[in-house]
Amino acid sequence: MFFSPFISKPDNVAQIMFKVLLAMLPGITLYVWYFGPAIVVSIMLASITALGTEALMLKLRNRPIMPFLKDNSALLTGWLLALSIPPLAPWWMIVVGTAFSIAIAKHLYGGLGSNLFNPAMVGYAVLIISFPMQMTQWIAPHGLGQIELGFFDQLEYIFFGVLPHNASLDAVTMATPLDTLKTHLHLDQSVTQILDMPIFGQLGGHGSEMVAWGFLFGGLYLLAARIISWHIPVTYLATLFIIAAIFHLVDPHHYVAPLFHWYSGAAMLGAFFILTDPVSSPTTNKGKLIYAAGAALLTYLIRVFGGFPDGVAFATLLMNICVPLIVLYTQPPVFGKKDRVPDKKSRADKS
Amino acid sequence: MKPLYHFHGGIHPPSNKTQSTLVPIARAPLPSRLVIPFHQHVGNRAKPIVRVGERVLKGQKIGRSEGHLSSAVHASTSGTVTAIDMQLVAHHSGLPDLCVTLIPDGKDEWIAHSGVDYTQTTHSELRHLLRKAGVVGLGGAVFPSDLKADARHQKITTLILNGAECEPYITCDDMLMRERAVEIIRGAEIMRFMLDAEEVLIGIEDNKPEAIRAMQLAAATSGDKMKVIVVPTIYPGGGAKQLIRVLTGIEVAAGVRSTEKGVQCFNVATALSIYRAIQFGEPLLSRIVTIAGNVQQAQNYEALIGTPIDELVALSGALPDTNGYIMGGPMMGMPLPAVHVPLVKATNCIIVSSKKLFPPPPPAMPCIRCTRCVDVCPAELQPQDLFWFAQSKEFGRAQAFNLFDCIECGACSYVCPSHIPLVQYYRFAKSEIRVREHDKQVADQARERHEYREHRIEREKREKSDKLAAREKAAHAAKLHSDQALTPQQQVALANLEASRAHIRELAKSEVEHSVESPGN
Repeated sequence: MFFSPFISKPDNVAQIMFKVLLAMLPGITLYVWYFGPAIVVSIMLASITALGTEALMLKLRNRPIMPFLKDNSALLTGWLLALSIPPLAPWWMIVVGTAFSIAIAKHLYGGLGSNLFNPAMVGYAVLIISFPMQMTQWIAPHGLGQIELGFFDQLEYIFFGVLPHNASLDAVTMATPLDTLKTHLHLDQSVTQILDMPIFGQLGGHGSEMVAWGFLFGGLYLLAARIISWHIPVTYLATLFIIAAIFHLVDPHHYVAPLFHWYSGAAMLGAFFILTDPVSSPTTNKGKLIYAAGAALLTYLIRVFGGFPDGVAFATLLMNICVPLIVLYTQPPVFGKKDRVPDKKSRADKS
Repeated sequence: MKPLYHFHGGIHPPSNKTQSTLVPIARAPLPSRLVIPFHQHVGNRAKPIVRVGERVLKGQKIGRSEGHLSSAVHASTSGTVTAIDMQLVAHHSGLPDLCVTLIPDGKDEWIAHSGVDYTQTTHSELRHLLRKAGVVGLGGAVFPSDLKADARHQKITTLILNGAECEPYITCDDMLMRERAVEIIRGAEIMRFMLDAEEVLIGIEDNKPEAIRAMQLAAATSGDKMKVIVVPTIYPGGGAKQLIRVLTGIEVAAGVRSTEKGVQCFNVATALSIYRAIQFGEPLLSRIVTIAGNVQQAQNYEALIGTPIDELVALSGALPDTNGYIMGGPMMGMPLPAVHVPLVKATNCIIVSSKKLFPPPPPAMPCIRCTRCVDVCPAELQPQDLFWFAQSKEFGRAQAFNLFDCIECGACSYVCPSHIPLVQYYRFAKSEIRVREHDKQVADQARERHEYREHRIEREKREKSDKLAAREKAAHAAKLHSDQALTPQQQVALANLEASRAHIRELAKSEVEHSVESPGN
């Protein structure tokens, strides 16, 4: 009761983050449906590690622990990382990645609100550079693997690295659709031939395209709930589509159709959940357009011409570096200082 | 109907206006004492022209306006002046200010006063009458109205009457428009005459249907140049710049006067005061004030300027869990330093607060740059950047990011999910910058003065030695003429004189050289 305004909207950071977690549930549910419950184990491991590391770092930094633990931001980082790495990766991978995300990429930069890079993507980059082998252990989707592991088999493998006696790692895992496409293109096969393989579905990979639908659905909820604005997801997906379309039109044998890029890899997750992280993305609307377009271009280049299976994480990190500059050069004019001629567009329809 | 325009941002806080509009405006009883500050307006404090012990009449001028930007202050009722001293007033600084204490005699005896027919009066005479009557803007800015009702320098096309009243809880303009619409319209006619405005647009938010109806009926009697325009309810749509934008499409930037764009804006209550001042010669002695919040019966009162606020609040009955008082609305109001401070011309509302109505905000979290503040900022600023600069005391950058365009409406703080008191940071940064600029000015002035003094001393010395040299030259010439006629004794005396002059010249010369060589010393 000291300063105006004396009233405020009943809203807080924890609620915003909670809604983002909520919006991931459709995608996670479909993930479980097509790939088995291993992802739930990764998410649990990531959650526990995220909260533990957060508490430890807060204590080391002499910050109040409970208010920050309850803000759900550490959980969000953990979940994003868990969704970015193979669920069958050994348990310590997600633990190391999450701990690195929270301790180094978040708290050493100053904690909540101060990190230059998206913490989950930093964690992903560390893992893919340090443990490239383990980062390929993607589960084959339901109905495609030679052998399907039950929940306890998956648990046993994650924690002890032990497979049932009749199964080999190759029998239960598979290259991702993006990887498969890339490998077979190198073998001089055409896109149409490659897409006939059973791993591919209607738009992207079998199963994984459904997970992408789930994230799209959750993203639309975030838009409707005004947690995120349209600028980043729409620009990202549109740019990715346009670039892919140009390549595809020029050479359809070597460049896959644009919708494939939407529905494979982390494009949907990136468009709605990763690139939209408010802390590490630009604050100006024009800046958001530049940022998302740049990320889409980099995603495409890395996917198609680079050496990594997917490009979303590195595209995000590279664009994160540019954010301060983008923001500085996209400052919008303020009220009364823009020589704006009143036009019909700005007229509210009220007469 | 005229199309409306849109301004960026804005919020929709709960309006809480119905509570105080259920009963009509009541006339507050004569208080036990009146404390009338001399500084209730923008500009210089009025100068006291009464003495302690003097009996004053209702409407008698007790403070004379001082300088161009100032306003007069009057006795709100008849009675005796018992003190002229520093008293606690409703001001952000919490500092006391010079006030008259007046004990009413209960007779409410008017001083002789009479109105004029404005159509037969010159513009300058009308402005003089407003100045004499102490009429200032009653929307909260309390700018002297005589200075605003002046079209000598710019052509005013549109006169806007602000009846938007966008802040929650406040209903004094709403009730005034419902009950005294005709008088407001008459005031608007006088203002239109004074400004030679082509049209009068009366903006009222669509959450006041009764006021809109009353004003439309009254405006209909005034021809088609007087239009009531219903505007959408949105905070801060009642800000002068926002209302001007909505009604005319014109954006008036910070530091620019709306008159430069041909628009002038007055509050509806000011229009009524102007009417009373011109038509009846009545100075501004009372105003409508909303008492709302944690009270038994929220209501509007017509109260005399100087009425102690506790006596007003008592009329509405503050509830037991009251924990403070806010003057103004919950978005831009200020906490009262004490409840006995007097009602002033700027007091449009007193909100009685309680922990339940205005719970303390949860502890602030770090900014996550979610830009909800950007979405609601009517000045189209980047509040999250300004916060960052204010917090790290990068005042130069804050200024470069248009800190001074901030109107402190509080919309950013309202929506901040991290509950950061953003407006407080901006106020802090602004005052720091002002203090620094003032300090720099003082230092610059001191340096200039010092440099000029040095320069002057040097110049005087030079002039002195030049004068001396010129005089000697003249004497020498005279000597050449008259030498032959002198006796030997006279010639010896002259030679002595010459020698001592040469000595003085030497001394003066070395002094000048010295000061030229080292001007800094």
